[in-house]
Amino acid sequence: MVLLESGFSSPRNDVFPAGLRVLVVDDDPTWLKILEKMLKKCSYEVTTCGLARDALNLLRERKDGYDIVISDVNMPDMDGFKLLEHVGLEMDLPVIMMSVDGETSRVMKGVQHGACDYLLKPIRMKELRNIWQHVFRKKIHEVRDIESLEGIESIQMTRSGCDLFDDGHFLGGDDTTSGRKRKDADNKHEDRDLSDPSSTKKARVIWTVDLHQKFVKAVNQIGFDKVGPKKILDLMNIPRLTRENVASHLQKYRLYLSRLQKESDIKNSFIGMKHSDPPNNSTASFGLHKPSNTMPDDVLNGTYSFPVNNSLVQTVDVKGQGDRHGIASVPVAEPKGALSKDIPDSHKTKSSQMSFDHYSLGSAASGVSFASFGSTTQARYSWTEIPEIQSKVEYEPVQPENGFNQLPLPEPSMIEKEVNRSRTEVKPLFDEYRSNLVGHSSPADLVDLFPGQSKNQTLKNQVFDPISATKSSIKTKDISQNCLADSEFAKRNLNAAGREVTLASLPEDLQIFWLQGDGYPMNIALQNFDFPEYNDPALIDETPFYSYDAPRLDHEHLFDPTEYYAIDQGLFV
Amino acid sequence: MDLVQLQRQLVEYRTSLYHEGFLDEQYTQLQELQDENNPDFVVEVVSLFFEDSERLLNELTKALEQQSIDFKRVDAHVHQLKGSSSSIGAQRVQKVCIAFRNYCEEQNVEGCLKCLQQVRHEYSLVKTKLESMFQLEQQILSAGGSIPM
Repeated sequence: MVLLESGFSSPRNDVFPAGLRVLVVDDDPTWLKILEKMLKKCSYEVTTCGLARDALNLLRERKDGYDIVISDVNMPDMDGFKLLEHVGLEMDLPVIMMSVDGETSRVMKGVQHGACDYLLKPIRMKELRNIWQHVFRKKIHEVRDIESLEGIESIQMTRSGCDLFDDGHFLGGDDTTSGRKRKDADNKHEDRDLSDPSSTKKARVIWTVDLHQKFVKAVNQIGFDKVGPKKILDLMNIPRLTRENVASHLQKYRLYLSRLQKESDIKNSFIGMKHSDPPNNSTASFGLHKPSNTMPDDVLNGTYSFPVNNSLVQTVDVKGQGDRHGIASVPVAEPKGALSKDIPDSHKTKSSQMSFDHYSLGSAASGVSFASFGSTTQARYSWTEIPEIQSKVEYEPVQPENGFNQLPLPEPSMIEKEVNRSRTEVKPLFDEYRSNLVGHSSPADLVDLFPGQSKNQTLKNQVFDPISATKSSIKTKDISQNCLADSEFAKRNLNAAGREVTLASLPEDLQIFWLQGDGYPMNIALQNFDFPEYNDPALIDETPFYSYDAPRLDHEHLFDPTEYYAIDQGLFV
Repeated sequence: MDLVQLQRQLVEYRTSLYHEGFLDEQYTQLQELQDENNPDFVVEVVSLFFEDSERLLNELTKALEQQSIDFKRVDAHVHQLKGSSSSIGAQRVQKVCIAFRNYCEEQNVEGCLKCLQQVRHEYSLVKTKLESMFQLEQQILSAGGSIPM
């Protein structure tokens, strides 16, 4: 139709929502004209478009030229849902869908694809008057994420991985410097979450193992030194991934790497442990491989053997599937304290590593039935050591309603030991999460964690948002970032140093895990990252993570980096 | 006819259109959108509707004349027509479209052809009536009066 050029001015923030820059896309000329008039009556700045392609061009030309997009579902040149996806991915703008067809399945599809609202034609003035809320909501979330990210970073900078966990506040958010992170992990976390208008959760990106791998690949391709969010984003070419997501993740990754570096020294001693791989146990065990010299086999086994830990870890990991990356980081941080408690000393040292592993496992397993912890999972997630870390997060047999169902939380008994410790620590966190999660961690969310569900990704992502959003949506972001970073590390043969970093960043993430509702700290981290990539069928099928070979491997790679110096970096590569 | 009479006639006519289902609430919304900035808004929108509908009806006729009918295509057009008619409140046209879509789904050729005929009929009815109403409005405006709401 008619393409009306607006001034592309900046939104008039002073009189918001007046001046809201709306782009309307509809192939029906009559509706286009009517909507334009209606929006103008709302004092919005309107630009109309009769074709989806034109709309995309307009949006790309001026990435900051619009605040919100309203589009019809049925258009001749491009499916409205596709446009919706593009907009979400490339511009990360809120999109409202419209249609004369109000069938539930259509509406659901819209929501799945990321629409923030679905209006039925004929549209009334009052419906249009309120569209600004979607813009506002997104802004809030962004701010929150940024804050989270900053918080995590500061924490990592100021604390070593161990420190973070020493407090037992896995959240690590407590950063004196940032201040944002909760001084008192629990309290802060809670406050943050609670204060977070869960209603406005942003779609969180779940950094699943796959996604993280892509990320790492992109980073490697570009060159770690020259890397930048935009470049990475372009290389990755993932729909719906925003620059912010990548930036946030990159930050975490960097922290993770630096932490691994620091830990490399420590790890070197443990390198013996090289964990060839989670053989039966699970890829998770990979994580455990860490150098835990003291317990080379034990360690590995330990992971498994730590029923408590494992279970804990496992749950975490599983949750964090997507977060593997993030998880990796988490475990690292945590391991120190948490693991040590339950786990033999050897673990302790490893714990950090483990934690990392855990994370990695977590990520891989995130979707995976960590639940299976009880049984085999244990072995797999030797990382579970992370439970320590997780401890922050109440280790509740995470049975994610959704995806996590797979994680049959290991029998409490197993976890008891490990968990006990962590439980207490985690409890507070967990509780926090729980409260936050309650509303959010719907099964659907969990599902998202599982990478296996590619098709549900969109939906999952959405689902997860609430979860991650609830807790510390921001955190999740961070964590996920960390997680990914971790995995990256693993891949990159990063030393333990990276791990520390990741852990540190985890604090926030951990909280995210909680979101999962399972109380698995790991999960939280994982959860945050909507694991869109989690298409891991295994996960979805509720098969133990183990069965999901694909993810696991990734997982291993991811986590292992720092943790398992022993493990060849090459593995991850 | 004097101005007052004209205005009264208009109101009666318009009311009957609503009663007979030719127009619905949406038309009222359109009228409310009209203001000094766009004094001919309603007429412009309705004109767009006429144009678009005629195009769609032609497409539909063509599609249903095919040897092997592409029902998906037919349905797409009907869907568009449905959306279009909802924009100005052409309720009767919209209702036929709903039935039309059902036949498309069933791939019922007979039903589709019947609906096409029906929708053409309803469309021409509402078109005629709207044009009559606009004429009346124009007369009132020419006589120096204002259009009663």
